[in-house]
Amino acid sequence: MIMDAHVEQFPPYRKHDAHAHDDHGHEHHDPGFWAKYVFSTDHKVIGIQYGITALSFLFFGLMLMLLMRWQIAHPYKPVPFFGHILELLFQHPGIPNPAAGGVISSDLYNSFGAMHGTIMVFLGIVPLAFAAFGNYVVPLMIGAPDMVFPRVNMASYQAYFLGGLVMFVSFFIPGGAAQAGWTSYSPLATSIPTHGQLFWIIGMILLISSSLLGAVNFIATIIQLRAPGMTWMRLPWFVWTQFITAFLLLLAFPPLEAAAVMQLMDNVAHTSFFLPTGLAVGGHLANVSGGGSPLLWQHLFWFLGHPEVYVLILPAMGIVCEIIANNTRKPIWGYKALVYSVLAIGFLSMIVWAHHMYMTGMGTIISTFFQLTTMIISIPSVIILTCLFLSLWGGSIRTNTPMLFALAFLPMFGIGGLTGLPLGFNVSDIHLHDTYYVIAHFHYVVAPGTIFGLFAGVYYWYPKMTGRKMNEFWGRIHFWCSLIFMNLVFMPMFSQGMAGMLRRMADGGANYSAAVNSRAGGDVIGGLSPFIMSLHTPILWAAVCLGIAQIPFIINFFWSISHGEKVGDNPWESTTLEWQTPTPPPHGNFDHSPHVYRGPYEYSVPGHSTDFTPQNEPEVSTPASPKIPTTAH
Amino acid sequence: MEIPYTVEARPDTGLYNAKVGIWLFLASEVMLFGGLFSAYVLLRVGAEPGTWPHGWQNIVLGTINTIVLALSAITTLMAWVACKVREFGKFKFFHACTLLLALTFLCIKFVEYSEHLNHYEIKLTDGRIADGDMVSNDPAQDHVVIKGRFDKTEMDLYDLRAQKEISETEITIPRSQIESMDNYGPWHNNYLALYYTLTGLHAMHILGGSIVIGYLWGPGRKLWKKDPERFTNRVEVSGLFWHFVDLVWIFLFPVLYLT
Repeated sequence: MIMDAHVEQFPPYRKHDAHAHDDHGHEHHDPGFWAKYVFSTDHKVIGIQYGITALSFLFFGLMLMLLMRWQIAHPYKPVPFFGHILELLFQHPGIPNPAAGGVISSDLYNSFGAMHGTIMVFLGIVPLAFAAFGNYVVPLMIGAPDMVFPRVNMASYQAYFLGGLVMFVSFFIPGGAAQAGWTSYSPLATSIPTHGQLFWIIGMILLISSSLLGAVNFIATIIQLRAPGMTWMRLPWFVWTQFITAFLLLLAFPPLEAAAVMQLMDNVAHTSFFLPTGLAVGGHLANVSGGGSPLLWQHLFWFLGHPEVYVLILPAMGIVCEIIANNTRKPIWGYKALVYSVLAIGFLSMIVWAHHMYMTGMGTIISTFFQLTTMIISIPSVIILTCLFLSLWGGSIRTNTPMLFALAFLPMFGIGGLTGLPLGFNVSDIHLHDTYYVIAHFHYVVAPGTIFGLFAGVYYWYPKMTGRKMNEFWGRIHFWCSLIFMNLVFMPMFSQGMAGMLRRMADGGANYSAAVNSRAGGDVIGGLSPFIMSLHTPILWAAVCLGIAQIPFIINFFWSISHGEKVGDNPWESTTLEWQTPTPPPHGNFDHSPHVYRGPYEYSVPGHSTDFTPQNEPEVSTPASPKIPTTAH
Repeated sequence: MEIPYTVEARPDTGLYNAKVGIWLFLASEVMLFGGLFSAYVLLRVGAEPGTWPHGWQNIVLGTINTIVLALSAITTLMAWVACKVREFGKFKFFHACTLLLALTFLCIKFVEYSEHLNHYEIKLTDGRIADGDMVSNDPAQDHVVIKGRFDKTEMDLYDLRAQKEISETEITIPRSQIESMDNYGPWHNNYLALYYTLTGLHAMHILGGSIVIGYLWGPGRKLWKKDPERFTNRVEVSGLFWHFVDLVWIFLFPVLYLT
């Protein structure tokens, strides 16, 4: 009865003019290829555009990583096969080729390192986790016809595409792409005499604008377009994670935009926002007015940079949660705890940023404060992981490919999270800062963590997008190979880092350890032992195998569009609303606004005929409520 | 299915879609300008004692611009009220005023920028510093002429508030005596860098807001006949943005002109 009262407070949707009705109502009206697939305002098409672009960038970032791993294992040796391609690509008349003879120069290595990070974070994972899955799934999950601002949505994708293009093109300008790391610390970023950094800044401003438009759209959609009866505590947890992620993007990205504007001014208008007095570049006093603060850049960068970590991980957690609930066939354990934890993370992630800056000399009091907040934020993260683990207890678990990826996410993210604690304490961070330990830590969070979550999502929602499942056998091959080789790549880096191997050395530390060992006479602390150095080779081959392991996925992805097993509207027998639409959902998604009567995870409800109860199925105890047609078969 | 609540408010939130959107957008704008203001605080606090400029701005022009923007806030509000009571003629009048005021603001800003860019600090080989507006800087001639004064050290240039009477004369300086010459652009020092960046970004917001209001005033008014309610909402949303931009200036004026 309470449900009905809630439903009644919503008036029927207003049909305000005939013109808009034409756009949505008549499916036989064919808008043509360009309007339908390229300049589309349909959230599902935009989601797929985001997804395919982002997956391409992820693969591109992987390729950069393979080239860097070759360089680390075999410093300044010609890259087999790809070396000649690089040499051809980077040829510019009048300047030395950065890949002469197929050898990666230190400058080129720096470019690859900076762009690997930038591409993976800003062009790969955020667009895939937030924009692609969010766009496709969130409006369907909340029972909305589309995103609230469809044209803003299209503009968001276009800005993202343009930003990606600027980043991509920057590889091929004379001097190459940005070389100052994905963090682009000033004054280094301003001092390198090539134009790569300029392209980076302009690309970033476009990407930030894109995610700003996306974030506004997501939040407004979730606030305004929830179907009647879809109260906040009936939202699937995935929607909650997207909601908080959107807030983080909305509020944390603008300070980086401000910083990017200032670095642009430093580059173009020769201001000194981040350039200190007495700055020397290449042994000469730089011609700058001075008085700037390099620390200011770091504060503004990490004010984005740390919430960004949660932007990367929260959507993946949301996906994993949906898949675990669906494949254990029981309600998720501690739904409310999950919701409050994600809210707490959203708030706390704004006040932990300076734990990236313990070594800058910003002062022990500030360090202590940020150490404290960092330890506090691990509590809601652990609550989330615990809830997901406990959800497995007593379930009759189906082990399909999405579930395998979702299950692997839990321990992998666990390793990534726990190894972060020594970095969060400022005393142990002194030893570990800027070493391969850090690389191993955040890659465990992002690579076998987030990316596994995203793979799970691709396998899980693929039938909704295409009406066919991806091949199960090749999915398992993809899963097991990815799992094994991910660990073989990143696990040895923990020991390399603890032994003192620093990040960003273009020769993998060969010169560094030779210098230290010859001065101190062998295997001392600070120098890298032959064993530590010898780990480079197995990591290289594990990385190559990891690359090869993605081929089954790529083939499976395209092959299954036309050859996959045909399935119905709800192949996983799920409760949430995105499965209660036709497949693939038409423009406008639902013929009538669905009414929601229950929470998102009502699996195995005692007395119910099936082991899942969709959210829009009316209460059986209230026969008076009318049966609302929800799908158009 | 249509997108609901494009015009009428959703009962439980009490807002139509675009209003939620603009408030979220403004939240991010607060963070954008917040980032820049925190940069201002950090750089000003970190500057060498006595080197932060005071009294470098034309306070008269700044005050006029403050009044101009305050008036435009009133006309923007009145334009929305006119839409609400369905008097389209008044809407056109008030937003015409808004656009003229915005144009006035940008013109005054342009004058201020050109004054700064024409102001030079010239270090002479004998250690003295000449500071003033450029009168003649013809590359064909072997001297430059400025209207200004000589100072012993740069420190004399920083706090102009204490120097009530600055006697300015035309000074002719042979190019052979010039060690370095630098106009008051963003490269001159961090104060000017912040001044140009903050007011420049703000001016771009004024320009963007003017384009939106100009669109509603011009080609966008067709919607009035079809759906006055929706048109009124657009006026309201653009007005909210305009008020935010005004509010930013209310912070910029004291921070850059008065302190």
